Amino acid sequence: MYRYDEFDAKFVNERTAQFRDQAARRLKGDLTEDEFRPLRLMNGLYLQLHAYMLRVAIPYGTLSGKQMRQLAMIADKWDKGYGHFTTRQNIQYNWIKLEDTADILQALADVEMHAIQTSGNCIRNVTTDHWAGAAADELADPRPVGELIRQWSSLHPEFSYLPRKFKIAITGAPNDRAAVKVHDIGLRLHKNASGEIGWEVMVGGGQGRTPMIAVTVRDFLPEKELIGYLEAIMRVYNLFGRRDNKYKARIKILVHEIGAEKFKAEVEAEYAKHPAQQTQVEMAELARIAKYFAAPKFEKLSRFAPHFEDAKRSNGDFARWARNNLAAHAVDGYAIVNISLKPEGGIPGDATGEQMRVMADLAERYSFDELRVSHAQNIVLPHVKLEDVFDLWQMLVKADLAAANYGLAGDIIACPGLDYCALATARSIPVAQAISRKFADVKIQESYGPVKINISGCINACGHHHVGHIGILGLDKKGEEFYQITLGGSSSENASIGTILGPGFAAHEVPDAIETILNTYVKLRNAGEEFLAAYRRLGPKPFKEALYATA
Amino acid sequence: MSTVEKGQVMTANRLRDGDVVFLTRAGAWSEKIDDAVLALEPQAAAALEVRAAADVTSTLVTGPYLFDATRVDGKIRADHIRERIRTLGPSVRLDLGKQAEGTAGAFQAVEV
Amino acid sequence: MPLLKNNAFVVDAWATLEDDAPLPDGGKLIVSPARLSRDWDGLARFTGLLGVRLTNTDKVEALAPYISQIALVVLPFPAFVDGRSYSLGHQLRLDGYRGELRAEGNILPDQLQYMRQVGFDSFVVDNRFPLQLWQAAAKQMSLAYQRGLFRVANETEVWSDRHQGFAPWEEQPHAG
Repeated sequence: MYRYDEFDAKFVNERTAQFRDQAARRLKGDLTEDEFRPLRLMNGLYLQLHAYMLRVAIPYGTLSGKQMRQLAMIADKWDKGYGHFTTRQNIQYNWIKLEDTADILQALADVEMHAIQTSGNCIRNVTTDHWAGAAADELADPRPVGELIRQWSSLHPEFSYLPRKFKIAITGAPNDRAAVKVHDIGLRLHKNASGEIGWEVMVGGGQGRTPMIAVTVRDFLPEKELIGYLEAIMRVYNLFGRRDNKYKARIKILVHEIGAEKFKAEVEAEYAKHPAQQTQVEMAELARIAKYFAAPKFEKLSRFAPHFEDAKRSNGDFARWARNNLAAHAVDGYAIVNISLKPEGGIPGDATGEQMRVMADLAERYSFDELRVSHAQNIVLPHVKLEDVFDLWQMLVKADLAAANYGLAGDIIACPGLDYCALATARSIPVAQAISRKFADVKIQESYGPVKINISGCINACGHHHVGHIGILGLDKKGEEFYQITLGGSSSENASIGTILGPGFAAHEVPDAIETILNTYVKLRNAGEEFLAAYRRLGPKPFKEALYATA
Repeated sequence: MSTVEKGQVMTANRLRDGDVVFLTRAGAWSEKIDDAVLALEPQAAAALEVRAAADVTSTLVTGPYLFDATRVDGKIRADHIRERIRTLGPSVRLDLGKQAEGTAGAFQAVEV
Repeated sequence: MPLLKNNAFVVDAWATLEDDAPLPDGGKLIVSPARLSRDWDGLARFTGLLGVRLTNTDKVEALAPYISQIALVVLPFPAFVDGRSYSLGHQLRLDGYRGELRAEGNILPDQLQYMRQVGFDSFVVDNRFPLQLWQAAAKQMSLAYQRGLFRVANETEVWSDRHQGFAPWEEQPHAG
């Protein structure tokens, strides 16, 4: 994975010093809150319901054991002993003090991390496939380009005061695990007929109040033109994105209002006037970065791992966990280990400092010192020998990290919601916990097969409920929390926005409603047909009838 | 017979550490909701806004706002669940926030 | 309101000519884009220096017929979170504009370095911030990852530096 050189190190140290100075000026009264707010947001510091919240960047969801250990230290020293992994592959701390923040940023800089641009109307963390560099279906690892874009977008002088936030996602596999179609810019790596690598450039996807699927503006952009072309898109957005209404300020609204064709024409005109120059520099930098993402020194192993097979045979719990939580690795004898941060009745995506340290140790010992954060709020150890998996699992069990529900109904994605967030209209975590308890028996979850349940505590959709197979949106009706259910969303390469099923439910009614939906699916599915496919075949009607049938 | 009064409480975050605080009758900011002054009339609420604005300028607090609350026999409870959570702490972590620090006031648990 | 230029507060030699005011014989005058196109015949023969004050919804292309004779372009920052003029300023520079590029409106010291990097060289600022603060702000970050920026504070252009064979983009001196 990427390692800082002296330039990168100097950059984060200077940025930290800059923020220290800004915070001091704020506390002295030399800056008003209106003036300070964009500055602190561009260093990841929010003011939330209970305290300041700091969102730390985990670029394209990749980190080392040492970095994870530092995140644990920060949780213990400056927060309340835990952190929350987010739907954009970052981590959040909920109980931060402004007066400590510069010290925290320095602690991050010390391990080649930062909180730069994790909030604010600027380009945010570039997210990607949490199985990058490991998945069998991958064409090429997208993370070198992710790192290139990270650097290019960091403290970009022209694009730091955009109409609104800007999110970029990239994928290097045909099965899109990065939700590129619901990002402001989505980039999909693919090859042309001659086998050259290029990028499909998609613009204007997003969730929130007005969910939209991105449109393609270029089918095949050569890699060397990426930075130049991104500049053209950003310039068009910066100039023409709406600034009169916060809820209509994303690039998706601009694309929708002027139309995809006109938008594309504006971008192409801008790009033609200011095309990518001296692209050898970008390509030299990309080549330099790519060296850090060379494949680890995998051993030559057999696909058959006898110790692993024996362990499955003799330990039913392990067999269950292995069946649900392992994903196929490109290299024989290895597996991708998915650690679910969704224990039964737990808070989705939260991990204690101690759990972070355990995962750091496991990464160093078993996964070439690399971890990933997925936008489903789970942690991945990407390169584990099958023969090591049983030992690793036993340590996960000791640390309460062995929930065998990866990708199943218990693997719920939920934003922090009204328990933490100043923007929320309803709580999301208790709903997740109630659903999780209802399906506590993993056998029941397995009977439902893979299904993505996403919960958002407000219309800003940080829980990504629009692209949940089952989406739950928490709203406020006359001071009471109530929940709307959507079905059929997907963040894959066949992306779709979920449809609202009908009137909302009180909190205590939601778990039964989910059960009704899942049981309806089981009743009507074809052999081997997963939930999303069945919904797309059947449509909402049978689910509506089951949910709203008059008794 | 209980005395029930309805009014508004002024809350903010202390600038330097982000702690949630409430404006008291004496014009200081307390971490405890029960110390807060309950503005029973619009004039009193407006006076709280003036006081809070001054404390924003002096960099003591940030983000002040009024919220509806009810006082029963001297104990204050926020009317809306959002402020009840703000007053108590996360409903999903009863070991965190004011509810764990003993500053939550008389009404302890947020209903599920 | 002080005019910040080359790290000092300077006297502003420019004046604004209202749309309906007659054109004097010389001087340094800022006109609106409407006046520029309406009165170009007369303005092209102006013996003083011409400047134009744009709004941030104007298009830079509209200045194309006149730009070679413009010595000052003023761009607004109506709110410090309104970043349109960063792009307008950068477009002017990318298109080859070499005159003075001035920012006016809501400008924080914390934004100065970004403005200079996209090509602004003078700033109408609020006098509540002392000069030392502006001077310090101008060089807070000594590196930039983006290429083709103006490195007024000798910023390192990281990608070019890493790959020594590539010189940073050539900077044209400004007339301003």
